[in-house]
Amino acid sequence: MPQMIIANRLRDGAIVFLAQNEGWEQAIAAGTLIDSEADATRLMAVAKRHEVECQVIDPQLIEVELKDGQPRPTAIREAIRAFGPTVRTDLTEV
Amino acid sequence: MALVRNGELVTSSFVDAGGAEAIPPAGPVIVSLDQWKAHRDELLKRGTPLGIRLHSDQPPELVAADLPHFDVVALEFPKFRDGRAYSYARLLRERYGFKGELRAVGEVLLEQLFFMLRTGFDTFDIQSADPLKDWRTALADFSVWYQPTADGRPTAMQLRRKH
Amino acid sequence: MYRYDEFDARFVNERVAQFRRQVKRRLAGELTEDQFRPLRLMNGLYLQLHAYMLRINVPYGTLSSKQMRKFAYLARNYDKNFGHFTTRQNLQFNWIKLEQVPDILQHLADVEVTGIQSSGNCVRNITADQYAGRAKDELEDPRVYCELLRQYSFLHPEFSYLPRKFKIAVTGSPNDRAAVAVHDIGLRMHKNEQGRVGFEVLVGGGLGRTPYIGQTIRKWLAPEHLLSYVESILRIYNMQGRRDNIHKARIKIIVNQMGIDKYRELVDEDWEFTKNGVLKVPDDEVARINTYFAPPQYESLADQTEMLAKIRSGDRAFDRWVRGNVIEHKVPGYAIVNISLKAPGKVPGDITADKMDAVADLADRHSMGEIRVTHRQNLVLVDVKQSELYELWHKLVALELATPNLGLLTDIICCPGLDFCALANARSIPIAQDISHAFTDLDELQKIGQFTINISGCMNACGHHHVGHIGILGVDKRGEEFFQLTLGGSSDQNASLGDRLGPGLPQADVPAAIRKIVDTYLVIRQPNERFLDTYRRVGIEPFKTAVYGAESQAA
Repeated sequence: MPQMIIANRLRDGAIVFLAQNEGWEQAIAAGTLIDSEADATRLMAVAKRHEVECQVIDPQLIEVELKDGQPRPTAIREAIRAFGPTVRTDLTEV
Repeated sequence: MALVRNGELVTSSFVDAGGAEAIPPAGPVIVSLDQWKAHRDELLKRGTPLGIRLHSDQPPELVAADLPHFDVVALEFPKFRDGRAYSYARLLRERYGFKGELRAVGEVLLEQLFFMLRTGFDTFDIQSADPLKDWRTALADFSVWYQPTADGRPTAMQLRRKH
Repeated sequence: MYRYDEFDARFVNERVAQFRRQVKRRLAGELTEDQFRPLRLMNGLYLQLHAYMLRINVPYGTLSSKQMRKFAYLARNYDKNFGHFTTRQNLQFNWIKLEQVPDILQHLADVEVTGIQSSGNCVRNITADQYAGRAKDELEDPRVYCELLRQYSFLHPEFSYLPRKFKIAVTGSPNDRAAVAVHDIGLRMHKNEQGRVGFEVLVGGGLGRTPYIGQTIRKWLAPEHLLSYVESILRIYNMQGRRDNIHKARIKIIVNQMGIDKYRELVDEDWEFTKNGVLKVPDDEVARINTYFAPPQYESLADQTEMLAKIRSGDRAFDRWVRGNVIEHKVPGYAIVNISLKAPGKVPGDITADKMDAVADLADRHSMGEIRVTHRQNLVLVDVKQSELYELWHKLVALELATPNLGLLTDIICCPGLDFCALANARSIPIAQDISHAFTDLDELQKIGQFTINISGCMNACGHHHVGHIGILGVDKRGEEFFQLTLGGSSDQNASLGDRLGPGLPQADVPAAIRKIVDTYLVIRQPNERFLDTYRRVGIEPFKTAVYGAESQAA
């Protein structure tokens, strides 16, 4: 199962995903899919560095699955983080 | 080690053996409670100023009877969020009448200095690149407070009654 | 209500400036997240699932219309147009940006509101009976003592790094609407043998992983000793509370470990030194603060119950609302009006910015500009003329704030749950919505009678599930959400913790389970017997059988 790295952005708390250019994007579709343990280790080190550099807080590796080519976290908690509260779908930004 | 005391950087003449060094043969020394219990008689015969350093699980009542022997009491903050020493400081000042140097050691940081000051500490081993700057910043944070402590600063209630 | 003087105002402004500095240091990397966390928590700022959440104190549940309008302003300009009232009479915003928080706090300070110590290992918002100062069954308005405690606790230098959070609740009435028995300190006003009003002091109550009902540490405390006695309780806790395990760090743990008698001994020992010292509350300070809580200028009005009865007999819906949501006032001609934030399908406790403004307007027009917040996540207008009830009701209906379900099955307490909260295991809000949709018949609700359902999304029990007549606890079982029911809890003066009904149920089965419990109750209840009383009389078995089937008896 592929993974992604999720975090909260420090300055505004927004949910962000580690993206291709080692930047952080709010849209999960822009997040880098991680397929190997080596990549996971390497990219978590990048994310941790960004944490020390005060860009993000508490980066985590999460499992995602692809549904119609779109990534979706498998855990309900992370899906809520990615897509917003299930009881306020009117507020979803992405 | 540079300490902040009376708004200045000072160096202590005391060797802090309570911080796990061996007790030096001579000179002012701060010891741990264990060291005090083990070497009390020799330390009293030493004739130098003495100090005691308490861990955060060692309340001052354990040394209350011996306080007249100490010029310095150092209280540890092993983590800044371990708040037991604030109570210990107040008891030392307000209950046991300790008038010597009350020193904050351990994780002593800018954002907690104001509370330490108000509970009775007067000397600070601040973990900072610029301890004096941090000290001045902390001091300037508040001009109003609500709770009476031994520092004698008037509380809001007391100021209201003057008006 | 209390108004800041120059000292209070200067204090909160200095606090905002201090936090502005702390945010700056954090963003510049001078503070790690570990060092910053307690600092932001002590200003009410959490990091949650989606963003930062800001918790704002409504001291002892009393709010002015001006403050409510400021909440609406903040909801529009700094959040997503709504806010959430909590079980501690606080307000929460869910999409706050850290870099904007100092400005938000300044806005709040401008209307005498703070987030100070709404979180953190310190004394939290002092909560009280929502009808304080107005209820017929009250001895005295307890809010002067709440305000004294609030000031006393704010940035207390000795107690800002306690082992864990510390919650105090106060009731001025023997009918406890403030859940004092499940607080770290509960204060219950009552008269001693000489007829003098003072406080019974309870200590060591609390919910969460290990719930306890508070125990009496002192039967009667003279009010002038309130601060010194509380200080001694806090001091013993600060020095001896456990710091090795976050789940064993509340005062309830050590009180129950060493026993209430030992804890009392330690407190009394410490108190001997301070009881007649500088913390003794002077009468003139009590009098000064009490002027702020003086009742408003009431008109001399006749009781309008008969007039209302005529309207009610002609308007069924209005009748239901008066019966359900309107409470008798101390003063003839006036009434206490409960505003329900529990319309069917809505998120319990949530209110939009527009409705905040509308409620502020209603408060100004009908209730002397004051609003109360209840720990059951509703609002109250405490000084409404009976002659204006019908007009007010129409306005509330138009705003969807008139659901006549106060204290009934669908007046549900519900924490934010997994939809919002980083601590949660399951989503609590959909359960509340499902139940409210399953019980929309208002006549049926009133026939079922007094019923509290409390829902928590995790063991931290912010939804107070332990003390609901029915409690619902969300758990995570192998990545799926299940819900455990408890029966027979109560947070009033006869407090009790609920008993576990059986294994967790999947989300889809919960409304049906509630229905089975209710149906069983309706069959076996005696005349005028509330669900809670029936439960206490017959025990859990009939309900267990109803929900889990007869096989469950063999277990």
